[in-house]
Amino acid sequence: MTANEKKQLMATACKVRMGVIEGTHAAKAGHPGGSLSAADMFTYLYFKELNVDPQNPHWEDRDRFVLSKGHTAPGLYAALALRGFFPWEDLQTLRQIGSHLQGHPNMNMTPGVDMSTGSLGQGVSAACGMALAAKFQGKSNRVYALLGDGEIQEGQVWEACMFAHHYKLDNLCVIIDNNGLQIDGRVADVMSPYPIPEKLRAFGFEVAEIDGHDFDQMEAAFAKARETKGVPFAIVMKTTKGKGVSYMEDQAGWHGKAPNDAEYEQAMTELKAQLAEVEAM
Amino acid sequence: MADVKKIATRESYGNALKELAAQHDDLVVFDADLAGATKTGIFKKAYPDRHFNCGIAEGNMMAVAAGAAAAGLVPFASTFAMFAAGRAFEQIRNSIGYPHLNVKIGATHGGISVGEDGASHQCCEDFALMRSIPGMVVMSPADDVEARAMVKAAYEHVGPVYMRFGRAAVPVFHEEEGYTFQIGKGEVLQDGSDVAIIANGLMVAEAVEAGKALKELSINARIINMATIKPLDEELVLQAAKDCGKIITCEEHNILGGLGEAVCGLLCEKLPTPVRRIGVNDEFGHSGPAAALLKQFGLSAEHIVEVAKDFCGK
Repeated sequence: MTANEKKQLMATACKVRMGVIEGTHAAKAGHPGGSLSAADMFTYLYFKELNVDPQNPHWEDRDRFVLSKGHTAPGLYAALALRGFFPWEDLQTLRQIGSHLQGHPNMNMTPGVDMSTGSLGQGVSAACGMALAAKFQGKSNRVYALLGDGEIQEGQVWEACMFAHHYKLDNLCVIIDNNGLQIDGRVADVMSPYPIPEKLRAFGFEVAEIDGHDFDQMEAAFAKARETKGVPFAIVMKTTKGKGVSYMEDQAGWHGKAPNDAEYEQAMTELKAQLAEVEAM
Repeated sequence: MADVKKIATRESYGNALKELAAQHDDLVVFDADLAGATKTGIFKKAYPDRHFNCGIAEGNMMAVAAGAAAAGLVPFASTFAMFAAGRAFEQIRNSIGYPHLNVKIGATHGGISVGEDGASHQCCEDFALMRSIPGMVVMSPADDVEARAMVKAAYEHVGPVYMRFGRAAVPVFHEEEGYTFQIGKGEVLQDGSDVAIIANGLMVAEAVEAGKALKELSINARIINMATIKPLDEELVLQAAKDCGKIITCEEHNILGGLGEAVCGLLCEKLPTPVRRIGVNDEFGHSGPAAALLKQFGLSAEHIVEVAKDFCGK
């Protein structure tokens, strides 16, 4: 990727983060922590990796993205809005009556959402179904699923992993957002899912371990994912929960809490400064 | 009915899938290590590339089917009723029901007639669980002819469908010739105006038997086969209530939450009518031969006759 491309992605990621703060602040609810940890991934997926068409969100041959960790919908919505699936102003309606932006993704309401999710552990199975269908239909589109590191405590995730390997779903890329935190604290303390890459390898996945805030590493990992044949691919990305907003970083308390007015101002000031810094690069 | 041909509706299910698949390339089948028992094995033999075993992982299977439906296929997902409606309830609710995806759930081994396996496998709660999901069609066929037509109707219907099939062979009483099935439409098998007996599944044949016996006692019962529990054929139920003034419901299901309560729910709001519910009386089953169990739990023509006699004051 060129330096300019990378700069564009970094600027877009700042805007995705602003969208997360805008939405959750307006809703006075929502999940900023995990939305921010995955903001760079949302950005990379929708601005570099996914073959999608905002003008034709139901295009049959599009790549699919399933947000298995559905609670981080604010991050997905911000990326979709920036990509042109719906107006940016809609983010202000997050979680409100009459809004198409439900608390958790709804495929029938929000343009660009490929699967309704929210109950952890199910999205990855649906992604397997989509990948299997693509193979069955002889299509070359790819399927991506983003999971939380707490989410993989759900047994169904591992049922899905078995399935993905058994049916050689090499058109499937599973991404684990390893921000290390869940509602009740550190994932290592609540119910350790570690070691994650080794578990995935044991289930037959080809695995890339990356820094989830580094676009170069993402590019390399996705290239490897596309080259991998015969087995499914997983990207385990180390991230910082709440990334980009100083007081939210690495704080479990910001999993499912909205910023108040003062916190909103501070977050936006910080993110605007980050954006200005990127644009000055 | 000793000389009548008997076929288990799970067998009908497997055969119908195979027939349907010949006409529809988008039909695929998922099973969870029970293809031999659910009879999707019949389909698998003919279309091995369209049958996907998910192993013993029903929750994953339902959500995989949801994903396949989201990608444009028409998946039929099968396991025992207990592990479909029961174990995978939340996957069905959230990944199939909530997005209203086009998944057909073919649940076999419903009810107490599972027999020897005992209570852990005798699902008498599936109608209740599946009825509670908005937009879900819930059906249970009475015989082979109806079951096969139902599977085809389920394919044609756009949206989630739950079908319950039985393990035990049941009498085939419908004539194949000229038979049509419509989702949401009940069927009057015998006319009468003293009492209406509304049944589904294997209880329909029992109700028909009971109807004949009641005739001998000068009780003219209207026998209704209500294969679709949801959406309920309200018009037919209300007409029966109006004409007969008394309703008996019969189902191989807990009396809580199934056909009986669906009928009561309708009647108490639109036309209050006395109802007697025949079903499993909020208890677990146990091991034993299916026929003996059905008798023991009052799921028999004899018991329907007793209830009807008492109800009609005879």
